[in-house]
Amino acid sequence: MLQKLYDWVDERVDITPLWRDIADHEVPEHVNPAHHFSAFVYCFGGLTFFVTVIQILSGMFLTMYYVPDIENAWRSVYYLQTEVAHGQIVRGMHHWGASVVIVMLFLHTLRVFFQGAYKKPRELNWMVGVLLFFIMLGLGLTGYLLPWDNKAYFATQVTLEIAEKVPFIGEATKTLMAGDPNIVGAQTLTRFFAIHVFFLPAALFALMAVHFILIRKQGISGPL
Amino acid sequence: MHKGKGMKFVGDSRITAERKPNIPKDYSEYPGRTEAFWPNFLLKEWLVGAVFLVGFLCLTAAHPAPLEGIADPTTAGYIPLPDWYFLFLYQFLKYEFASGPYFVIGAIIAPGLAFGGLLLAPFLDNRPGRKVSQRPIAVSLMLLGMASVFWLTYEAAEHVDWEQRAEENTPELPTEVEIDEDHPGYEVYQNNSCIQCHGESLEGGAAAPPLTDIDHTVDEIKDIAQNGIGDMPPGQFEGTDEELQQLAEFIVEVNESGE
Repeated sequence: MLQKLYDWVDERVDITPLWRDIADHEVPEHVNPAHHFSAFVYCFGGLTFFVTVIQILSGMFLTMYYVPDIENAWRSVYYLQTEVAHGQIVRGMHHWGASVVIVMLFLHTLRVFFQGAYKKPRELNWMVGVLLFFIMLGLGLTGYLLPWDNKAYFATQVTLEIAEKVPFIGEATKTLMAGDPNIVGAQTLTRFFAIHVFFLPAALFALMAVHFILIRKQGISGPL
Repeated sequence: MHKGKGMKFVGDSRITAERKPNIPKDYSEYPGRTEAFWPNFLLKEWLVGAVFLVGFLCLTAAHPAPLEGIADPTTAGYIPLPDWYFLFLYQFLKYEFASGPYFVIGAIIAPGLAFGGLLLAPFLDNRPGRKVSQRPIAVSLMLLGMASVFWLTYEAAEHVDWEQRAEENTPELPTEVEIDEDHPGYEVYQNNSCIQCHGESLEGGAAAPPLTDIDHTVDEIKDIAQNGIGDMPPGQFEGTDEELQQLAEFIVEVNESGE
């Protein structure tokens, strides 16, 4: 039955090559912790992806309750935290995941760096990876404001002050992020929300796709 | 790939009519102890992922995500702190050589060089040798960068009393109480000295706490109004017993309206 279904789709769309690319490839001995325990360092990239998936899913559930306006943002988070069934767990996953993903990204970057795995022909993938790191930091920065508590408000004010002091483009950057040259308020919150939920994830998905396609094309770097 | 004459397609599409069997490739002849990703290796990864997820869920269950009080721009003396992974930058910008007139160095040139160097690492460290011993400059710069990030983060976090910060900023749902100014008790509240310290909407002030969000009974409030409590001296209430009763009932009603 399943085979028939597969064949039916395969006849029309020819999915076998796609399946091959995703799943049918060998795992070399030097990256397999079953053979060399020290190969666990190769886990960090996969764990980063795993935590990213947790972030996406928990974030999707958070937006079911979160209200991005200054009157209700904090109240909606408080409600989620105190009243909603398992709301505390979902928000906890998103909160701690944001930290864990940075740790995993850091370890993954160190693994690639100290193994010199970014050398020819993998220069482009390294650059995509560093851009992914920046996007993650941007997600952390914008997500910090969204609960609209004191910590969020005052930290964002400092961030915007730093942005403002950048020569030439500072004031424009601040206005773009905060929605106003002077006020940190309703506009700031909606802009950070939009950046956190739409702009940065879009860039994240695009770069992640490039990252993975390049890995599949080039294969994992050989043993040292 | 099959090319040229004799190719057959499905209908008028570009999908070739020739079916390839979906049997996993045989990797047994590959050098080394290679394993197929699907399904052998994936199963192991799945197990590691499950263990990781359990650990992660334990963390979230043991430490609920913190939430401070609602953002209030008038909060005096709040010391802002970024998330921990920005602490190093936050600390760096505190130093004299990276702030004030040297702000551009601290906020743009130094981080720009560090992160730009990271981004362009493959072109700066472009010789073929991959071993650590073959690229001493790149590796020592990275170690130096890591050491500074760790040290700056430590310097920034060391002086912070995290528990005290959390205690001072516990989230409290701002209670919205209705003040019925036509209530006879409110008149009593106005005519006595209560309003001077406890405020027009019972919100409290510099000399007295708010009268909202308390769980005293009518009798307790009557006692406090006459005999004082804490810093409140006795003899503040100068009305009749009936007025005292009205005052206490009024305060209790306000508190009930906020629940």
